[in-house]
Amino acid sequence: MTFNGILQIVFFMVVLLALVRPLGAFMARVFQRERTFLDPALGPVERFIYRLARINPDEEMDWKANAVAMLLFNVVGLFVVYALQRLQQYLPFNPQGLGAVTPDSSFNTAVSFASNTNWQGYGGETTMSYLTQMLGLTVQNFVSAATGMAVLALFIRGIARHSMKTLGNFWVDLTRSTLYILLPLAIVLALILVSQGVVQNLSPYTSVSLVEQTTDGQGAKVTEQIIAMGPAASQVAIKQLGTNGGGFFNVNSAHPLENPTPLSNFLEMLSIVLIAAALCYTFGVMVGDTRQGWALLAAMTIILVVLLAVATWSEQSGNPAFTKLGVDQHASALQAGGNMEGKEVRFGVVNSTIWATVTIAASNGSVNSMHDSYMPLGGMVTLVMMQLGEVVFGGVGSGLYGMLIFVIVAVFVAGLLVGRTPEYLGHKIESYEMKMASLLILIMPLTVLGLTALGLLMDAGKATIFNPGAHGFSEVLYLFTSQGNNNGSAFGGIGANTPFYNLTGGIAMLISRYWLAVPTLALAGSLVKKKLVPVSAGTLPTHTPLFIFWLIAVVIIVGALNFLPALALGPIVEHFMMVQ
Amino acid sequence: MVTQTKKDEMNTGTQSTQQLKKPVGLTSGMYRRAMVDSIVKLNPRVMMKNPVMFVVEVGSVLTTALWIQALAGSGEAPAWYIGGVSLWLWFTVLFANFSEALAEGRGKAQAEALRRARKDTTAKLLKKPRRDSDFSLVSSAALKQHDVMLVEAGDIIAADGEVIEGVASVDESAITGESAPVIRESGGDRSAVTGGTRVLSDWLVVRVTAEPGGGFLDRMIKMIEGAKRQKTPNEIALNILLAAFTIIFLVVCITLLPFSIYSVQAAGQGTPVSLTVLVALLVCLIPTTIGGLLSAIGIAGMDRLIRHNVIATSGRAIEAAGDVDVLLLDKTGTVTLGNRMATEFTPAPGVTKERLADAAQLASLADETPEGRSIVVLAKEKYGLRGREIHEIAAHFVPFTAQSRMSGVDIQPEGKNGRRMIRKGAAEAIKAYIEEQGGSFPPAVHQTVQDISRLGATPLVVVENKNVLGVIHLKDIVKGGIKERFAHLRKMGIKTVMITGDNRLTATAIAAEAGVDDFLAEAKPEDKLKLIRDYQKGGRLVAMTGDGTNDAPALAQADVAVAMNTGTQSAREAANMIDLDSNPTKLLEIVEIGKQLLMTRGTLTTFSIANDVAKYFAIIPAAFASTYPALNALNIMGLATPQSAILSAVIFNALIIVALIPLALKGVKYRAVSAVQLLRTHLLIYGVGGIIAPFLGIKLIDMFLKGMNLS
Repeated sequence: MTFNGILQIVFFMVVLLALVRPLGAFMARVFQRERTFLDPALGPVERFIYRLARINPDEEMDWKANAVAMLLFNVVGLFVVYALQRLQQYLPFNPQGLGAVTPDSSFNTAVSFASNTNWQGYGGETTMSYLTQMLGLTVQNFVSAATGMAVLALFIRGIARHSMKTLGNFWVDLTRSTLYILLPLAIVLALILVSQGVVQNLSPYTSVSLVEQTTDGQGAKVTEQIIAMGPAASQVAIKQLGTNGGGFFNVNSAHPLENPTPLSNFLEMLSIVLIAAALCYTFGVMVGDTRQGWALLAAMTIILVVLLAVATWSEQSGNPAFTKLGVDQHASALQAGGNMEGKEVRFGVVNSTIWATVTIAASNGSVNSMHDSYMPLGGMVTLVMMQLGEVVFGGVGSGLYGMLIFVIVAVFVAGLLVGRTPEYLGHKIESYEMKMASLLILIMPLTVLGLTALGLLMDAGKATIFNPGAHGFSEVLYLFTSQGNNNGSAFGGIGANTPFYNLTGGIAMLISRYWLAVPTLALAGSLVKKKLVPVSAGTLPTHTPLFIFWLIAVVIIVGALNFLPALALGPIVEHFMMVQ
Repeated sequence: MVTQTKKDEMNTGTQSTQQLKKPVGLTSGMYRRAMVDSIVKLNPRVMMKNPVMFVVEVGSVLTTALWIQALAGSGEAPAWYIGGVSLWLWFTVLFANFSEALAEGRGKAQAEALRRARKDTTAKLLKKPRRDSDFSLVSSAALKQHDVMLVEAGDIIAADGEVIEGVASVDESAITGESAPVIRESGGDRSAVTGGTRVLSDWLVVRVTAEPGGGFLDRMIKMIEGAKRQKTPNEIALNILLAAFTIIFLVVCITLLPFSIYSVQAAGQGTPVSLTVLVALLVCLIPTTIGGLLSAIGIAGMDRLIRHNVIATSGRAIEAAGDVDVLLLDKTGTVTLGNRMATEFTPAPGVTKERLADAAQLASLADETPEGRSIVVLAKEKYGLRGREIHEIAAHFVPFTAQSRMSGVDIQPEGKNGRRMIRKGAAEAIKAYIEEQGGSFPPAVHQTVQDISRLGATPLVVVENKNVLGVIHLKDIVKGGIKERFAHLRKMGIKTVMITGDNRLTATAIAAEAGVDDFLAEAKPEDKLKLIRDYQKGGRLVAMTGDGTNDAPALAQADVAVAMNTGTQSAREAANMIDLDSNPTKLLEIVEIGKQLLMTRGTLTTFSIANDVAKYFAIIPAAFASTYPALNALNIMGLATPQSAILSAVIFNALIIVALIPLALKGVKYRAVSAVQLLRTHLLIYGVGGIIAPFLGIKLIDMFLKGMNLS
């Protein structure tokens, strides 16, 4: 790693952590329905929405009513996006006259954007009309993120409250998350992005003459290039902030019109983890002990920094195959050095690995470099990070509630180790909680490993693997790991827009979002009813360095142990074959 | 009367006063029996209750089938190797069964001893609930609730019951192991009798309170044998987590087959991973160490309680004991020695200490209460006054009565006039007594009385005729070492609250001396109940001990309620534990046993999961050796061959269960330190140790196999 690289990583982390407290405190006010500086502007809008939707914002609901509301809202969103794709040729804002999207791809995309995965089997500029992008995808970018935040708010109340039944009102949390948090941040970010050169228009694609003419695959002369246009900035801002990651253009933030400058790159990277990190502080405020929030943030940050260091080191060290050929891969004044395959020269190694690590950590999935082209260990970092269950920052809301499930498992075993029935923040952890927590940690590996096995058994799955061998194995594993964790980033190197992958992937995304959200709410519903267990000298504190270390160990053991054999057949063996 | 003629006949069974208290050690007979039991327990219907070990059993059957196939000449690997893996998988199951059988065996031996005490006896069923009523001889099995029976000296009490008439000394060693007889009498707190115990002197009329087969002894036997042992809440929660791990690893291993098939196709070399290896990997990964020992840990926890002479009516109570935050302790017998002791004589003005001591001793000669005896002893030790026999000095003893609230002696010296009437009693009673006789109570003595009260002690005023001689200082003696124990409890986060009927002044002084966190003075039974409810409302778990009938509501309310075996039937029924030694301090041990139980589960779970790291390093390179030789870089232990690597991992996995049986049975040692310190120590030993140990163990086994040319 170069000094410059370390400096950039440190700078990124410092800015991120500095923003946690102000944003986290603000979000706590939003969830607790306290007054914020945005109230004069947004209060009337909020009340109008409640009147329009006939919602009584003061009505509290139990976990079941909230779960039903969450599911209903998402099913409707799913159908709207599906219909928009299937009917876009009859609808306005389609200057390129793009036709209907295939049913399997429409299904996959509808699930993908509802579940905050934003896996894209399609190429944006060649598939989706502006209307589909704006009304379907951008809207889902907002509300799928808000759904995650609302579920988290309900879950936190389950921990903050005692001897009660209700968790709050999903509709209110959804509305307030969108209105007070996502919308203002997205508007600010979109304006800055436009200033940096990200396009925001409804014009047809333009065509320009090439300065340097070239030939295509068939040997024909190419003299002009078509440049895709569209309302990109508004979608890019929320795709980053809401841990969506679905690019406006096919190559996502590697595209110059989606991510033109170092500043836009830095801000886009920052937005990926900003809300997820700040929510830790929000959690601390809401449970009345900010140390608890900092402890979770510390655990997440330590895992992130270690894996980021591994990835950066692995990429900066370059490709051993090139080293054997005598190619100079050292960083110098003239080159960034390292493994530059699949990376933008504009960003270099460090800004690519920071992006790759945080986008994977935060279940965002947007990319500014191609993970398929990473060195085996660099690629493995992205796989491992997802296989931890997207709890290192993770999706907005969903990452933190996922982490809290690990906390419950960690607290359970730690409680036994000190000879007490386990408790977390005054709630006894009993068999019902363990049942739900076990279900939650069980489903993800089952889905990912099961579907990967299916893909490798069926010809339909094997047919579109571009690089057979250990790397091809990694590609299939990555595909299902990404969708099975609602990440949505693509390794690449595999033809994923096939009925087989669209359907199985869609199922993986449905399971990992909703099958997890419902037991999570059930768990909150059980915690909220418990009597407060007061803290005594025998209580195991959950904010100490020792507990943070233990939590990290649990996350890694539960996550990594399950996938170690699979990783051995993919990136691990690939690495050893490359270095030998 | 038929009593005499039938007496010998009814004495059968008296020799069975086997002591429970003696820890039943592990005899070779128990080992043999456990070995047989571990094979009996292979019955799949029994195994199914333990999902982790059931998976191992299925794996054993599967590999046995593969071994037979290999013997027939069409195996996926050499027969010796599949057979070796299969054999050790069977051992894994058997070792787990053995640990459970061994833990049960101890209980069974104890139950056996009790069952001998419960032998059918003959009861004298009374027609009317009076001693002089006619009776008929019936078998104890025929006794029903509410029947009334007569028990006389030498008889075995045929069923649990309540004394409604009579006083007798009873030998309860059959259940308590305590050879000293206890007094049972009608009314009051000592009216409960237990079936199987023997009346030594006098007689009792007893109303049967238990249905046949539902008596105390029966319940105890069932409890010890584990027939009624249900999984406790925490055990259920842990089982769920272990089952989840098992399912995950099952999927990990099943999906490894298609992964391997694809890899073979893609790499163009090698053979897919064999079923034997997959089963071996699965068994090594699932938490067999804790899964195999979990049941033994629970039984051993119950067993440890029994060896402390405490019978729990449910495993739930033991677990709750580990969580207790508040201990309510009766002052008398728990915080202080049961009795107050005389520590000093303070004479009235113009009276010598010797005269006071002499009078005090005379007044106490016939007083058989511990206080009385302590006065005699004090006078002897301090002033060399030898205790005299009361008949030598022609004295007449005046016992304590509720009316007079005094006791003493009247002495008629031979050939002399003037009776000496010595009395001792509470200040007010004495004051009333001498004022009645025209005497007066000196203000200096009044001051002494007040001073003593303020110190938390009890003053007893001694008077001869109408002259006040002085005050005896009776003090509550705080038990030795109790202060340190309370300090330990405080470190563990447990609050101690002393309950006493004494006034605030006295209570404050004793509380300070004993180092309890809080106290409740002038406590009535209903205050106790209210205190418990208040603590529970605040989310705390409360433990208490009690023996009297008026303790029953509080016992029923407390989360951990320990009744003294000498207590009343209602107290024993309201409690969820019974201390056969009737030692209230036992509560402290009970809490530690509860914590030990949870800690043993936690440490073995951590150890079990941490072991997986090394097993991966042993098995993965071995499993894919033919497809990806490059993976041998992961073989950091340098295991000889793929076969020896897998065999070593499986053997280690089985042996570690045996190695940990003593720990499971004994429990992790409890130390009173803070939760953070405990967690740190246990993570270091069982977490980090759990990662390192198998690396060493597997390597050693591999070296051994290599040496034996088995690789």
